[in-house]
Amino acid sequence: MWLAIFSLTLLGTLLGLALGLAAKRFHVEASSIVAEIEALMPGSNCGQCGFAGCPRAAAAIADGSAPVTVCPPGGKALAQMLAARLGISIDLTSVADEGPQIAIVAEDICIGCCRCSKVCPTDAIVGAAKQIHNVIREACTGCGNCIDRCPTEALLLQPLPVTVQHWVWPKPATVVIALAV
Amino acid sequence: MGIFEKIFRHHPPWGVHPDDHKLPAANAPLRSLPLPALLYVPMQQHVGSPARPVVLVGQHVLKGQLIAEAQGNVSAPVHAPTSGRISAIGEVTAPHPSGLAQLAITIAADGADTWCERLPVDDPFALAPEEIARRTAAAGVVGLGGATFPAAVKFNLGRRLKVNTLIVNGGECEPYLSSDDRIMRDRAAEVVDGLRIVMYAIGAREALVGIEDNKPQAIAAMRVAAAAFGNVQVRPVPARYPMGSDKQLIQTLTGKEVPADARAAEVGVLVHNVSTCAAVHRALRRGEPLVERIVTLNGGALTRPGNLLAPIGTPVVDLLRFAGVSGRPARLVLGGPMMGIVLPHARVPIVKGASGILAFDAAEAHVAEAGPCIRCGSCTRACPMGLLPLEMASRIGADDLAGAAGFGLSDCIGCGCCAYVCPSHIPLVQYFSYAKGELSARERSKLRNDATRRLAEERVARLEREAREKAAAAARRKAERDAAKAAAGAAARPLPVRIVKPASEAAT
Ligand code: SF4
Ligand code: SF4
Ligand code: SF4
Ligand code: SF4
Repeated sequence: MWLAIFSLTLLGTLLGLALGLAAKRFHVEASSIVAEIEALMPGSNCGQCGFAGCPRAAAAIADGSAPVTVCPPGGKALAQMLAARLGISIDLTSVADEGPQIAIVAEDICIGCCRCSKVCPTDAIVGAAKQIHNVIREACTGCGNCIDRCPTEALLLQPLPVTVQHWVWPKPATVVIALAV
Repeated sequence: MGIFEKIFRHHPPWGVHPDDHKLPAANAPLRSLPLPALLYVPMQQHVGSPARPVVLVGQHVLKGQLIAEAQGNVSAPVHAPTSGRISAIGEVTAPHPSGLAQLAITIAADGADTWCERLPVDDPFALAPEEIARRTAAAGVVGLGGATFPAAVKFNLGRRLKVNTLIVNGGECEPYLSSDDRIMRDRAAEVVDGLRIVMYAIGAREALVGIEDNKPQAIAAMRVAAAAFGNVQVRPVPARYPMGSDKQLIQTLTGKEVPADARAAEVGVLVHNVSTCAAVHRALRRGEPLVERIVTLNGGALTRPGNLLAPIGTPVVDLLRFAGVSGRPARLVLGGPMMGIVLPHARVPIVKGASGILAFDAAEAHVAEAGPCIRCGSCTRACPMGLLPLEMASRIGADDLAGAAGFGLSDCIGCGCCAYVCPSHIPLVQYFSYAKGELSARERSKLRNDATRRLAEERVARLEREAREKAAAAARRKAERDAAKAAAGAAARPLPVRIVKPASEAAT
């Protein structure tokens, strides 16, 4: 019996030691990949992904508990970049991406209560008390935080208008080139 | 490569030789379009930021008057193409493959076509080169070969990089087009004077005028006009598409190869189009801004093809009517058939870079159904940039844009040679346009992300600072209140028990 106790203790100790050493030896700089992913994220901590801010979401994406498609404001483009960084392949055709969106204020019903500008993570809403508020298009990430705050429903999310400057040629039907590989 | 070309190594090893379809339009004398009733002048007719309107609806403007000013470093102003009243400032369909709307100023012509005050220069060579660049910029002159890059920006670049040779591009290699041919035949003296002004402005010592050898009349006219100037040489070049592309023309004329990702000025040459040179001549010698251009009207659906002198902002439908349309054109193209853009309809205005409007009949517009790639390698042989179109396209098809970029996607000039020769009619150029657009869109979104992240960080910092300041202010007020209270208390009843109270208050 002593032998059994002894051998099991020894086994436990050795394996524990080996595991501990391996953990040290093969320690991945986890924070570095998380930081890298975080750098790709929009960084506005809007919380639409369900995590408390971009750093948490980045950590979840890094350890695989969240898909790369988790961030709605990042859209397809972000998912693609993340997949490339993590070396995984994703099927983007299933990702619903209505394209980038921005908030707009219906100027005739804004009462200037200032509730929206307080919650915007990028300070994209300008306006003073009892004055019409407005969204700076370039700064809005379309996170939607402001939408529910408005007592008069003056805020709406709208797709970012496509302009001549931003338009991109559509991809040709893929049937042909698939055979060229 | 055909056996013929192997024996007569006359043609460059790249490119294609499409049927040029230039006649009879090129031989028809230049005509002027009767003044249209309404002109729609877009604010973005050039590479760079759009111009900003400086006129109001209802205002009366004279021909040549500034109606929109340049914004930013790379931009160009826009001038009224005729005299009349500003009837609207709003969106019209842009001459752009997307068919999207774009800001434009609408002018209702008054029919008098009265010029504003012009400030001609008798001797441009007495001005400082900087002044020539300034006047060229103020006249809204952009590259008229199709690139529409603001000409003056290129002047300054050429001066800074000490360019020795000015290459004047009279290649006009696109089939169907003959507006440059026409300007060289009819206004050779203006072109030569303009190119000498450009040489002076960029500090070049010599000028080489490259003209494809399928334009003998243009070559003859330019030789006569340039005879008096020893440093201006007219050089016929083989007619081969895309000879009119900067890098190919430079290589053919000087033997110099422009490295990938480099500008022509870095190998000591600068390219300007013949029509641009003529516009520079007008801007300086006559003080006239760029308000009109020669447009080739060609294609099987037209009864009177030819070249027309038309004000900028003329609706395409007016040009077509003048050139006589037989039936309904199957396709309208702005620019050449190889690199031009398909117009959604004819209610699109012409812009500074509009070298031609092509109205194709059904036979010309026919696009063969694309089939699978047979890996024949024709596209690779035709590519003037030495790229591997099939490799790039297959990667783009599989959404591997980085892989395509690794094959030199950024060097692709979108000339269309590969798609032209492809026996399977694969729309190769559209793959490349898509991929280039998508890559730059990603780059833009990355910049945007960086900016919003900075904003978010600044907001957090601001909130912290505000909280700190609020706390500090509260503490200060409290201290003041306590001090006042203590003082009042001390004055009223100096009891030692009282002194303890402020401390307990501060602790709460
Ligand atoms: S304006 Fe609204 S939608 Fe846009 S970033 Fe601010 S809170 Fe989000
Ligand atoms: S919350 Fe609505 S009403 Fe209040 S300031 Fe913002 S937009 Fe105006
Ligand atoms: S790959 Fe680009 S540069 Fe080469 S032939 Fe095709 S379009 Fe022209
Ligand atoms: S020319 Fe067309 S069929 Fe031939 S290799 Fe290129 S893409 Fe394939």
